[in-house]
Amino acid sequence: MTVPTSEPPTGACVYDIGYRHYDGARLGRGYVRRSLYTQSLRGAYGLGRSAKSKILPVILFAVMCLPAGIMVAVTVYAHLTKLPVEYTRYAIFLQAVIGLFTAAQAPQAVSRDLRFKTVPLYFSRPMERIDYVIAKYGAMASALFILTGVPLVILYMGALLAKLDFATQSTGFGKGLLAAALLSLLFGGIGLVIAALTPRRGFGVAAVIAVLTISYAAVSSVQAVAYRQGHTGAIGWLGLFSPITLIDGVQSWWLGATSSFVRGYGPPDAAAGFVYLLVVLGLIAGCFALLMRRYRKVGLG
Amino acid sequence: MSVASATYNPTVARLTYRALLGRRRALILFALPLLLLVISAAVRALSGADDQTAGDVLSGFALATMVPLIGVIAGTGAIGPEIDDGSILYLLAKPVKRPTIIVTKLLVAMGVSVTFAAIPTFFAGLILDGNGQHLAVAFGVAAAVASLAYSAIFLLLGVVTRHAVVAGLVYALVWESLIGNLVPGARTLSVQQWALALAQKVADPGAVSSSVGLPTAVVLLIGVMLAATWFAGRKLRTLTLAGEE
Repeated sequence: MTVPTSEPPTGACVYDIGYRHYDGARLGRGYVRRSLYTQSLRGAYGLGRSAKSKILPVILFAVMCLPAGIMVAVTVYAHLTKLPVEYTRYAIFLQAVIGLFTAAQAPQAVSRDLRFKTVPLYFSRPMERIDYVIAKYGAMASALFILTGVPLVILYMGALLAKLDFATQSTGFGKGLLAAALLSLLFGGIGLVIAALTPRRGFGVAAVIAVLTISYAAVSSVQAVAYRQGHTGAIGWLGLFSPITLIDGVQSWWLGATSSFVRGYGPPDAAAGFVYLLVVLGLIAGCFALLMRRYRKVGLG
Repeated sequence: MSVASATYNPTVARLTYRALLGRRRALILFALPLLLLVISAAVRALSGADDQTAGDVLSGFALATMVPLIGVIAGTGAIGPEIDDGSILYLLAKPVKRPTIIVTKLLVAMGVSVTFAAIPTFFAGLILDGNGQHLAVAFGVAAAVASLAYSAIFLLLGVVTRHAVVAGLVYALVWESLIGNLVPGARTLSVQQWALALAQKVADPGAVSSSVGLPTAVVLLIGVMLAATWFAGRKLRTLTLAGEE
């Protein structure tokens, strides 16, 4: 604390008008990154925002968990010997919900910062571009992982309560979580890259959902045609062109899941499966690189 | 002349056109029909002209996914962004009737969505099987009618809620696809099924099937369009601009 002194003024003392200096700890980049991550993750579920913004994420989360709860109840009371659905297929069944969540929450994570021009304010702090991108990407992927992972936890706990085989269930659960993590990174990345292009939330939502659903609708219609024409080999390769079928391909080759493609025709061989994995990892890395590029200049031009 | 100018304002129309087609929004509007045409060409090359395949692609991809999406973009995009950033105030302050603003914006949204959804659907049908069993015309008509209805519904959503795009998508994806598949009764309240009823009438017997009868479909289509437009005009008279949440 600087106290005005009673000594005769010498030189610089003329300018010392008693402002207090800050001499506490300077919290660095790590702290900023962590705060931004927490704030964005909470924001994705509407925590710390108005009641209205909680409605949609909470409804989507409930819709995501409800089928898991029903399946567990059925398994326990009907004494089934296995769960009605594989862990890895759960997210594929409910992909519309995951797509909506991504579309609704990715723009709110990045578009508002652009629209209200708060991004320059962030960067006036001891924070680098990579911190912002890591925090936002991490938060979006974590929010999606919570959305896709919690139902799996419900299924797993239900399976154990129903006294299903522990080893089988644990392996299945582990694989399911791995697939959910890949899916969260992929969807989060795609959502953020598209949303970061526009300061308008509504347009961001439409663009994200267009990419996610249109590509899926296109791929599955062409797959159906390929099946009817007997080109069953082509079905496995066509899945490369939409995010959710990419995840499906990776998990049916790598994790031994049953594919949700027409009649279960997944990637035709190991090489194809490896291509799927490479494309997924490439897309995740590409999304990160594109986000880094996007924030090189934070103006809206 | 006086009747026309009471329901249509060329300046509002010009502004709406520029809002819809002047920004990156236009990219999606051009990309979606282009993708449909590319896929149609690929399917034609893969399987030759086959009516069954053509029907699947046109109903599964064009009518079920592309038309609602373009409807959402055109319908909410015609008024949503203006309400969102508050610039609608400058329009509302002018001596133009609120219903006139709504009708003008609706006509523009309808024009845009018919241009970008229905016409490409018709051409996709031609590419797929050269109008076999009148499928191209049938789905073109269905897509046009659905575009009109979606524009009216989503324009209303744009006036009513700030989350119009999400609400519209929930209707188009969750209600029509998911719930429509599980609960048959939900199909009666689906724009897609009403449009399919028209397609069923136009196409050769047995080529297209809808779970709604034609009279019901026509009555519901017209009723929904009129009700949505009237209600949107009414809501715009008492519009409150909320702050960002």
